[in-house]
Amino acid sequence: MPTIYIDNQAFEVAPGQNLLAVCLTLGFDLPYFCWHPAMGSVGACRQCAVKQFKDENDREGKIVMACLTPADDGVRISIEDPEAKAFRKGVAEWLMASHPHDCPVCDEGGECHLQDMTVMNGQVSRRYRFTKRTFRNQDLGPFVNHEMNRCIQCYRCVRFYHDYAGGHDLVALGIRNEIYFGRHADGKLESEFSGNLVEVCPTGVFTDKTFKAHFTRKWDLQTAPSVCVHCGLGCNTIPGERYGLLRRIRSRYNGHVNGYFICDRGRFGYEFVNAESRLRDTMMAAQTPHAAGSARSARGAVSARPAPPEDVVAHVADLIRTAARSGRRVVGISSPRASLEANYALRDLVGEDNFFSGMSDHEDRLVRLIIGILVTGPSRGSSLRELERADATFILGEDVTNTAPMLDYSLRQWLRRRPNPERTRLKIPAWNDAAVGEIVHEEPSALYIATVAATKLDESAAEVYRAAPDDLARLGFAVAHLVDDAAPPVPELPADIHDLAVATAQALTRATRPIIVSGVSCGSEAVVKAAANVAWSLRARGEAAELCFVVSECNSIGLGMMGGRPLSEALQAADDPGVELAIVLENDLFRRAGEAEVERFLGLCGHLAVVDHSETRTTAAADIVLPAATFAESTGTLVNSEPRAQRFYQVFVPAGDVRESWRWLQDVRMAAGGVEGDTKGEIEGGTWHSVDDVLDDLCLTFPMLAPALSAAPPAEFRVHGMRVPRQPARYSGRTAMYADQTVFEPRPPDDRDSPLAFSMEGSEEQPPPALVSRVWVPGWNSAQALERFQEEVGGALRGGDPGKRLFEPPVVERPSHFLDVPAAYSPERDQSLVVPVHHIFGSEELSMKAPAVRECAPEPYLGLCGLMAERLGISDGGVVTLVSDAGVRLLKAKLFASLPDYVAVIPAGLPGLEGLGAPFYARLIARKDADD
Amino acid sequence: MSDALKRPLTGHFRSDGRPLSLKEYVARGGYSALNKVLTGMTPAEVIKVLLDATLTGRGGAGFPAGRKWSFVPTEPDWPRPMFLVCNADEMEPGTFKDRVLIEGSPHQLLEGMAIAAYAVGAAVAYLFVRAEYSVPAGHLRRAIAEAQTAGYLGDNILGSGFSLDLRLHASAGRYICGEGSAMLNAIEGERPIPRHKPPHQTGSGLWSKPTVVNNVETLCFVPPIVANGAEWFRGLAPSSEGGTKVYTVSGRVRQPGAWELPMGTTIRELIEEHAGGMHFGYKVRAVLPGGASSAFVLEKDLDTAMDDASLAKVGSRLGTGTVIVLDDRTCPVGMLRNLEQFYAQESCGWCTPCWQGLRWVELLLGAIEEGSGAAADLELLKWHTELIRPGHTFCDLATGAMEPLESGLRYFEEDILRHISDRRCPYARGAAEPD
Repeated sequence: MPTIYIDNQAFEVAPGQNLLAVCLTLGFDLPYFCWHPAMGSVGACRQCAVKQFKDENDREGKIVMACLTPADDGVRISIEDPEAKAFRKGVAEWLMASHPHDCPVCDEGGECHLQDMTVMNGQVSRRYRFTKRTFRNQDLGPFVNHEMNRCIQCYRCVRFYHDYAGGHDLVALGIRNEIYFGRHADGKLESEFSGNLVEVCPTGVFTDKTFKAHFTRKWDLQTAPSVCVHCGLGCNTIPGERYGLLRRIRSRYNGHVNGYFICDRGRFGYEFVNAESRLRDTMMAAQTPHAAGSARSARGAVSARPAPPEDVVAHVADLIRTAARSGRRVVGISSPRASLEANYALRDLVGEDNFFSGMSDHEDRLVRLIIGILVTGPSRGSSLRELERADATFILGEDVTNTAPMLDYSLRQWLRRRPNPERTRLKIPAWNDAAVGEIVHEEPSALYIATVAATKLDESAAEVYRAAPDDLARLGFAVAHLVDDAAPPVPELPADIHDLAVATAQALTRATRPIIVSGVSCGSEAVVKAAANVAWSLRARGEAAELCFVVSECNSIGLGMMGGRPLSEALQAADDPGVELAIVLENDLFRRAGEAEVERFLGLCGHLAVVDHSETRTTAAADIVLPAATFAESTGTLVNSEPRAQRFYQVFVPAGDVRESWRWLQDVRMAAGGVEGDTKGEIEGGTWHSVDDVLDDLCLTFPMLAPALSAAPPAEFRVHGMRVPRQPARYSGRTAMYADQTVFEPRPPDDRDSPLAFSMEGSEEQPPPALVSRVWVPGWNSAQALERFQEEVGGALRGGDPGKRLFEPPVVERPSHFLDVPAAYSPERDQSLVVPVHHIFGSEELSMKAPAVRECAPEPYLGLCGLMAERLGISDGGVVTLVSDAGVRLLKAKLFASLPDYVAVIPAGLPGLEGLGAPFYARLIARKDADD
Repeated sequence: MSDALKRPLTGHFRSDGRPLSLKEYVARGGYSALNKVLTGMTPAEVIKVLLDATLTGRGGAGFPAGRKWSFVPTEPDWPRPMFLVCNADEMEPGTFKDRVLIEGSPHQLLEGMAIAAYAVGAAVAYLFVRAEYSVPAGHLRRAIAEAQTAGYLGDNILGSGFSLDLRLHASAGRYICGEGSAMLNAIEGERPIPRHKPPHQTGSGLWSKPTVVNNVETLCFVPPIVANGAEWFRGLAPSSEGGTKVYTVSGRVRQPGAWELPMGTTIRELIEEHAGGMHFGYKVRAVLPGGASSAFVLEKDLDTAMDDASLAKVGSRLGTGTVIVLDDRTCPVGMLRNLEQFYAQESCGWCTPCWQGLRWVELLLGAIEEGSGAAADLELLKWHTELIRPGHTFCDLATGAMEPLESGLRYFEEDILRHISDRRCPYARGAAEPD
């Protein structure tokens, strides 16, 4: 451990660091701008100047930039040196020369790094008296606002956007004090990570446009630690609320999961919580006769109207008792986007035999297959952090940029940071981004991508392969066989694919930490099995190969681990002996199965009760609606694809009848309790008082989920006897914000589910990492305060990164490979395989209820290659008729440069295309329009 | 000694100012040094000659050329190819020495590059020419074609097995491209922002390959030094720094121009003998001896020799050896403003002291010159010269800009104060003669 001297005080520091990172880790207030812990040092702003001395006798010293100076053993510096301080203050004065000083109207005000640093430098007046330089701003789309006059030219934005996130359309233009950070022309920022500019920019150039629409100062936001619900990665977030409106999402640092950043779907998808389509009242249809099948015979005949919650709960309980008497079933359909606790409460209500998976059959099979693979071992599921340390990656069947965007970001970090022999030879430390960025990677990236359609990561790949899912699987199986003979061979592999398999196998075997990425999105079990085989073959050779599976939703894995019968069984159960009541938890069945099938089911079951937070086609068909709390209004546990159990906390108390799903379901159970056939005889003892009680029960039933109990402190946890406040000490208007309703200061609502308080009162100490609701320390109001929450800059949060990994696979000497190699894809006559492809904006259900995200979603289309289009006589933009088992659809044709022949793609999950989950065969016909 | 031996860079020029053709150059002994190197010298021997000659870089920094070459790694496992880059991006105000050399004898530069490439092991050489130098670039283009046809460039030069791919790269036209590392970014098609050191270019330069960047004048010296030896070179001048130097003089002298003279010629000799003295009615007040980024030398010190050691004694530096004369009837504030305006305009925008500090300096000088200066402005200008120092900035552009300013503020403080108190420029037309 090197020892360095700061103002004559000795400190032991971690080796291989720069002085700035070390000073910040040690808690010194050393101002900086262009440096970022995730992006390293470039020495542009010159703000972090310190005085360095040769030895203890050196009185002169010289100014150096801390960010670019290695913290080697024996280094002596002074932060307090008058010359260094004067220079730093000078830099602040220069930076503020043209700054508009519009803090009162700037969205960054109150969490502005520039404000903090200006104050830290003691820069309180402006001597610059000339005209400030000004710019025109651009419309950068619905997510990010642009206000260039505030710019201090630190280059963080373009470095993040271009160097780290792989974006091409945000650039530094111009020269001298007039550098323009923008696009060549107005238009939406193309990167999936553009929202991070809001946090990366040290001032108010890039701000959150959705936040602007209902702006609140940081200090007025009520916040709680949360987990993103818009894909399966489980990125950590901090949502902020005021006056019952969810105002914004910020990233929450988790060294193991998302690091510093989140994707744009995660940041801007939150507005479904505030949407018009929110369900806020308990509702039921009046006069619902209990005769079988009659209530719901005709679609649209149901119209549930608001009713008192007690009545609705009593009504549902009544239906359950009726069912018990009549021998008809009560089925529960679960949800991969609902918490473990909500799903368990449903299972508890309807019983194991009536608990059905809320995933489509094919996805359910895939998720269980994935869980099986991760449980069996020997390859473990990789976290995003581990992925960044890979040295070769093989992506099989997954467009991660669109299905799990932060995975794309992690892969790019790996590509940028992967070991470079040149860097080693030149002895350039990894943090020296100014030098690292100049050193060209000689060897090709060991990134191999095999997907149905082109992906954004292709440009960074060594090889790409386009094929139908079965052929992707065959490539994977072939690679696995080349790596390890024990894996099954692939018969009749074309020579060029064999060569590709050889190249891929060589790259993977050369690597020491290869990672195989796959997932559910192309709907193929064979692809998932092939990925497992590759990883296992590498394991058999003694390599630390890991797997990284992408699943669709925030709790797909959690639900998969809880099991449940296949959805199709529920849909068929309506026939005999008939379903008296179907209870659907946070789910839109029309996204899970074919439209006709769902319609038929809904028509046959006696009653449909939906517990959900937003209107869907399913809630529209329900005669009973129980308005559920969203992630922001409830506390619960989600399991990400790693699999890691993570706790999300209620941010605010929702308006209306909204309650946590599990509370509704428990209410129903209690109300229905005591009837014949109810197995839950001990209702009193079985009462859950908090979400922890539900989780306790759940973990008894599913011991594999038991580590989730330690994912976060329990509700009784206190810091020195105090709760952890959700509101910052500067929260304003406590006594005034409800003055229009009452002149008394309302008592803060109770929180039975967590150690957090809906209040500004409580412990001011740093809580355990899972309870960090915001980052703030005196003097550091911006997101940069995070450094005071980490063990060391860029490392784990103090006390360890939150969340708990559920299991580690056992050591397996000889993994038992999957043997079912699929046949090569051979199109049937006149038929093409239609594969749904995912869009970051459009394919995910909840974020599509946010206006800004919806604006970015594509129009429905049918993508096909030029060869196919020519054969079918279809031109780009022409109308195609798609004839399949699911019916007939008209879609606009879109030509793709590199799709396999006889394979077409449609955007997954778009309104109108929801039910088309798995790849299916269809006949494509060009619509012959009279070209007037 | 023949003229060509006394003035190895310019002695063989045509009298009509047109460039020497290949034939003419060869007739004057051109390419014999290249032949000598390729037929009988190892790269190490070439570097040794240069080291012995103590040839210093003529781009302004004065780093010994032979030493720079010796830094290039020779281990066989080092990445290849290596690159040689010739910096012909001569863009500082008042600097035009390289242009004279290219326009007089383009082949000498090419020969120098070929020898340098051989010495450092470069297979590809870039000749980076200032955007406005379209005429010299045309000469070079023709010369490259001639040399390739004649086998002095290209594959298997003179049957030696040594090959050099020499490419002309015209700048898009920014001063910062002349900064050695920014030039590499410019050639690569990136924003011309100077690079961080380390890594040093000799280890990792153009496209991360070992790269040597040399100035035109430096490279032009290589053929005669190789041909005539280190001792001859050192003997060309009485100064310990040896050799000749292309000095130029601009300003209100009778005959502005460029002359190749022994290193260490005095400023006075340059102005009075070679530039023909001052125009009638004008007196020397001060000079910038080493170009726009050197400190002023006052009239009393005109007998200083134009070499690094002597100029350092009077607080300035040799730089590019291009003298800019400030006369007694030109406003020094105006001159400073003009210079600082140039540097502010050419800041690449990377580091704060440069992009904002220089802009502020420019505005302050402009205000003073135009009569709206404030009493505190002088202090503000001095504050900038104290803050913008070597090591404080990312590259040397802003610190270079401070050299004339810092010395100017000391030498011309009274002028500045008078501008401020009179609220006008005392040198302006119609103003009273300055005291």
